[in-house]
Amino acid sequence: MSTVIPHPTASTATEATQARIEGYNFAYLDEQTKRMIRRAILKAVAVPGYQVPFGSREMPLPYGWGTGGIQVTAAVIGPDDTLKVIDQGADDTTNAVNIRRFFAKTAGVATTDRTVDASIIQTRHRIPETPLTEDQILVYQVPIPEPLRQLEPRESETRKMHALEEYGVMHVSLYEDIAKFGRITRSYNYPVRVNGRYVMAPSPIPKFDNPKMDRMPALQLFGAGREKRIYAVPPYTEVKSLDFEDHPFEVETWEENCALCGAGDSYLDEVIVDDQGTKMYVCSDSDYCRERREAGHVGDGGPNSGGPQ
Amino acid sequence: MSARDPLLQVRGLTHRYGRQVGCRDVSFDLHPGEVLGIVGESGSGKTTLLKCVSGQMQPSEGEVAYRTRDIGTVDVYGMTEARRRMLMRTDWGIVYQNARDGLRMKVSAGANVGERLMAIGERNYGHIRNEAVDWLERVEMDIGRIDDLPGTFSGGMQQRLQIARNLVTKPRLVFMDEPTSGLDVSVQARLLDLIRGLVGSLGIACVVVTHDLGVVRLLSHRLMVMKGGRVVEQGLTDQVLDDPQHPYTQLLVSSILPV
Amino acid sequence: MTTSPDTRVLEAGVMMKAEGLAKSFVLHNQGGVRLDVFSGLDLEVGRGECLILAGPSGAGKSSLLRSLYANYKPQAGSVLVRHDNTVVDLCSAEPYEILEVRRRTLGYVSQFLRVIPRVPTIDLVVEPLTVRGVDPAEARERAGTLLARLRIPEALWGLPPATFSGGEQQRVNIAMTFVQDYPILLLDEPTASLDLENRRTVTDLIDEARRRGAAIVGIFHDAEVRAAVGTRSYDLTERKAA
Repeated sequence: MSTVIPHPTASTATEATQARIEGYNFAYLDEQTKRMIRRAILKAVAVPGYQVPFGSREMPLPYGWGTGGIQVTAAVIGPDDTLKVIDQGADDTTNAVNIRRFFAKTAGVATTDRTVDASIIQTRHRIPETPLTEDQILVYQVPIPEPLRQLEPRESETRKMHALEEYGVMHVSLYEDIAKFGRITRSYNYPVRVNGRYVMAPSPIPKFDNPKMDRMPALQLFGAGREKRIYAVPPYTEVKSLDFEDHPFEVETWEENCALCGAGDSYLDEVIVDDQGTKMYVCSDSDYCRERREAGHVGDGGPNSGGPQ
Repeated sequence: MSARDPLLQVRGLTHRYGRQVGCRDVSFDLHPGEVLGIVGESGSGKTTLLKCVSGQMQPSEGEVAYRTRDIGTVDVYGMTEARRRMLMRTDWGIVYQNARDGLRMKVSAGANVGERLMAIGERNYGHIRNEAVDWLERVEMDIGRIDDLPGTFSGGMQQRLQIARNLVTKPRLVFMDEPTSGLDVSVQARLLDLIRGLVGSLGIACVVVTHDLGVVRLLSHRLMVMKGGRVVEQGLTDQVLDDPQHPYTQLLVSSILPV
Repeated sequence: MTTSPDTRVLEAGVMMKAEGLAKSFVLHNQGGVRLDVFSGLDLEVGRGECLILAGPSGAGKSSLLRSLYANYKPQAGSVLVRHDNTVVDLCSAEPYEILEVRRRTLGYVSQFLRVIPRVPTIDLVVEPLTVRGVDPAEARERAGTLLARLRIPEALWGLPPATFSGGEQQRVNIAMTFVQDYPILLLDEPTASLDLENRRTVTDLIDEARRRGAAIVGIFHDAEVRAAVGTRSYDLTERKAA
């Protein structure tokens, strides 16, 4: 029986700049729209964690597929940029492949799977394991930008709560977790406080990634297309996960290492490999995993002793 | 400034809804620990008055001044909204007729009680939990139900939960809008006794709006009778009820059905 | 709106003084009929005195007593009360001041028991003490002693008085006032529905209060009680407004 190979190792090199297809504006959006979005981004950078409304456009894909992230990327990308797109940590999922292809066609930019080669990384649900640098921009796709929404349905009220720093209700939701389960069980989209001021939804990244946001050298931009909001965390800005004194914030840990590369420090996905329900754990960040394997690291190969290759 | 100085001072308060007048030229003082009842029929302006004096609705005219713990007497509508909202969730409490207006229905009883503490910066779960248990006990609720949602409680228990949620920050002033109407008579009596006991032992000043003269007789020290947006009579509660001077008050008192 | 403490002075030994007191009722919903009960009424009662209000039924005895308690609002005059080291005019004082006087200085036993439903009897008697800061255990002991003396069976203490007999309710009412040592007591037919034995107990309580220095104004239907507790009589018949 063959084993599912989670991450292909071939065709991962940076692809050369493509010829732009004719008839579209650079990066699809017209210049006025890009300006408008850039103004929103500038404001967002100036007020870290604050949700700036913007005139979200109809994009050639449905809401929920990254329309917010794409508009932000389109506004900041230039001909010399190299774009990486990941979805759940992987470069090869449908969403990631298509967004990468979209910009290759409309902006003619180079694309890559390699974190270190990218100047812009658009992401859904993960932050790369490889530390980012000042030369990079991380663009998050955000479904629900309002961290208070779950507890306060009125937009007028949540805006007021942000304005007046009334954030007690965020701890109410954490309190509920502890009361019910004895610990904070929220594992993704874990609320953070940015620069000691605004409480922000980090998008549905696992809380494992929250510490990476803190004082990250790269600029972090967040785009929510349906909700028409942009927010940002400038480089080297404090991002603190909310918690209680006696129930401090903690990230997930695994007893296993990655079955492919043996990494013990990365976020692992559980993969069911056969009809008997045999599991293996592999890095969610496919590029990180590949780099480690190329450097000679080997995991225990999971359930099949022969390893997946 | 002494403890005798009024806690709340209302002067010339008028509120209009377009051309309609909600309440007209109302003035009163409320002293620490004093319970003021406001009675009147539907549309008499009592709820409008309560909203205006409790910081929920800016009146068209007039002033509401409050003597704070720390910075002296302040104009409730002159201060910043941030400061007013902080005041409202620390030194004040509001108990609504409908528990759904005063509770977070999607979080547990314990979280409802703990919210105000978290709002003022309490970050120790154990402490918040202990306070929630303590307050649920003080309002005579089953602490075994601390993690249940408010929607699973009876109407009387929801009102108790509202009270606990408000009192956890030890407010000096609590506003109540028909706190016992909509409850069974038997539940009403127990709740009234509980409110009276807590308010008395904690020395909380209260403004209670109700159309139920029985409630004000048991709860309030002082009574204001409203009609058509105006205060037609006010004074010591038992004096107003037993020796009403104004025709409307006389009508109101004589309209109580004998049991 | 705060009134300054009344600067009027009461002569030594005088606890309560009514001056020029007038009471009338206007029944607005019955054609504006005006009922004049009394007017120009002067009265004073001193420490250790028990003043009996006398007069036929309808003379206005209860209305006067209620006016002295500020339960009724007199149309004219003043009711001066010695409260701590000050003198308060109940006719012009703020409600919270009147309540403070009632809490510590001025006790009143009405003919009817009016309490929060469903509160146990013992708690009703304990409360006036705990409100004043008496230790709850001590308050309970004092309340129990008094209830026992008034022959309320201990089995009933945990029950609300609503279902009690008229006589029992009357005695609970008396206990709620006599549990603390008020300097001034206003008594409206406190023995009306009591049997002989209990009437004697209440008579004793009133007399003990007077001997410890309380100033008492009372209405007593029973001539025997009047004779036993009264030190002076005040007849309202001639005060009746024309």
